[in-house]
Amino acid sequence: MTAPDPLVVPAAPLAGDTDVAAVAAPTAARTLARSPWRRPLGLIGLVVIVLWVLVAIAAPLLAPFDPLAQVAPKLLEPSGEHWFGTDNLGRDVFSRVLYGARLSVPLAILLVVLATLVGSVLGAVAGYFGRWVDAGIMRLTDLVFAFPGIILAMAVTAALGAGLRNAVLALVVVTWPSYARVVRGLVLSTREQDHIQASRLLGSSALRTLAVDVRPTVLGPVLVLSALDVGNAVLLLSGLSFLGLGARPPAPEWGAMVSAGAQVFDSWWVGLFPGLAILTVVLAFNFLGDTLRDALDPRTARALRG
Amino acid sequence: MAPRAPWRHRALLRFVLRRLLAGLLLCLGVTLVSFLLTQAVPGDPVTANLGQRASEDPAAVAAFRAANGLDQPLPQQYLTYLGNLLTGDFGDSQQTRNPVASDLGEKVPATMELALAAIVIAVVLGVGFGIVAALYRDRWPDQVLRVLSLTGVSVPTFWLALIAYYWVSFKADLLPAGGRLAPGAQAPEQVTGLYTVDALLAGDWATFGDAAAHLVLPAMVLASFTVGVLLRFTRASVLEVLGDEYVRAARAKGLPEFTVVRRHVLRPALVSVVTVTGVAFAGLLSGTVLVEQIFSWRGLGAYAYTSALALDLPAIMGVSVVVAIIYVLLNLVVDLLYGVIDPRLRQS
Repeated sequence: MTAPDPLVVPAAPLAGDTDVAAVAAPTAARTLARSPWRRPLGLIGLVVIVLWVLVAIAAPLLAPFDPLAQVAPKLLEPSGEHWFGTDNLGRDVFSRVLYGARLSVPLAILLVVLATLVGSVLGAVAGYFGRWVDAGIMRLTDLVFAFPGIILAMAVTAALGAGLRNAVLALVVVTWPSYARVVRGLVLSTREQDHIQASRLLGSSALRTLAVDVRPTVLGPVLVLSALDVGNAVLLLSGLSFLGLGARPPAPEWGAMVSAGAQVFDSWWVGLFPGLAILTVVLAFNFLGDTLRDALDPRTARALRG
Repeated sequence: MAPRAPWRHRALLRFVLRRLLAGLLLCLGVTLVSFLLTQAVPGDPVTANLGQRASEDPAAVAAFRAANGLDQPLPQQYLTYLGNLLTGDFGDSQQTRNPVASDLGEKVPATMELALAAIVIAVVLGVGFGIVAALYRDRWPDQVLRVLSLTGVSVPTFWLALIAYYWVSFKADLLPAGGRLAPGAQAPEQVTGLYTVDALLAGDWATFGDAAAHLVLPAMVLASFTVGVLLRFTRASVLEVLGDEYVRAARAKGLPEFTVVRRHVLRPALVSVVTVTGVAFAGLLSGTVLVEQIFSWRGLGAYAYTSALALDLPAIMGVSVVVAIIYVLLNLVVDLLYGVIDPRLRQS
């Protein structure tokens, strides 16, 4: 058993605890600049994310084969020529994994952006107007939370028709409520502040107050929250594709590729490598997120700067 | 969610009733949403279920629509559905042609067994490791566990299922592959529907071993995400309590560290872990959709998936309602548990 350093106040890096973020922003930047060597995970995460973005951009240059063409016999084991082997249609798995970054990462970002927009607007409206507007929107979030995420997304995608675009839309339906709740909380806590009241008294409309006076306080924490959620979005999207509700066949999407790997079970390489790609991307975002959260929490930040 | 559990009987009763009423409204909302969702579909349940040939025959289409009540106006269809629900009639699945209620009666226990096993694994590992991580804050066990928990929340469940299935069941042949029992094995007499529990109740050790062996791997895969969540949360929660004045006081009066942690830290720290566990359990149900696919576990997740693909409306709505009921009850249990764990909340 260990006796913790009495000078270090323990931290509670909880996801919902974002209001400290706004207050701590300048210190956080300083902490982050110094902490990479104390907490290497965040740095590793950042590097991996940058690498994947580069891969996405340069996929045509990096990929040795056409990701959609049959370039070799079916189900070749990994070799010098085909690093990750070939799949059930004789396509090069390595090239497909590289090209996969062009689908998963941008779509995950799109998903997060859309969910943040919808959630922020509804959350801000709920928090600002209160009363029945608030009650209505919050009951709606309750309703979405009562469905298990992927089952609702599945039903929506099945209803709209399978496809990546519809999968993104379905996941927006499932994911906006968490942003709405955070933004609502932030707006509630700023609504009564003096400068907001002053602006209201000067005759600003509700829209203007929200857009000009409330937005700056809310924006920072929400941006951080959504940036961290990209990893989760990659997981959700690839999950839907795995179920056959996202990417349509020849598209080199990681989840769909794992699904193909499940069909040709004995050829382990077909499913293993695209899954590793998902894992590294999501892990990188979570490494970065974890470090950021620690840095944004003033209590941990002090300990980090030591 | 107000974490208050009134303790005197009348107040408690009123509290439970109020929560149940709110829950009932929520379930009603869920039926309405899933009903509207299934109406909004461009995909036509007729063509999805009848097949190419029959759907070109107007008589067959009309017969199908009449048989499933699809020729009625929408509000009428919804009210009929609700009325039937009250009598426990979820309608007939267009796909399996069984009553949805009997399909669900079969699938829900299968998924419950999987999810309960997973949550037990997740709580034991997540909370246990979380406490260790907090006590070894910033030293190597904490660093290792941090990477472990982040990996847990990052790994795609369906991929982990595939990899585990391939290497553990198939290559190494350590555990049986797929399904809930060995092929041809007789299911134990149904009491709870959980094969492991039923086998124990019947005193049938061979079946229990078989069911447990089939359960271990999917449950562990399903638990991976939740282990990560609970580990992080427990660590944070324990660290927060460790900094409290009374913990310092307990140390100052010379109590051994073990006693300090066991008596003064764990109980307050674990109050908030209970809520997260409740939420996490609901999240596990999502995971079952992906895990059941790989392990041929014929549960709610697999049922939801095939129904969604076939646009089997009664089945989709049945799954949604059942899951919503589970969610509502779970939240109620969590609220009541608060009162048990934290005596201060009983008075308010």
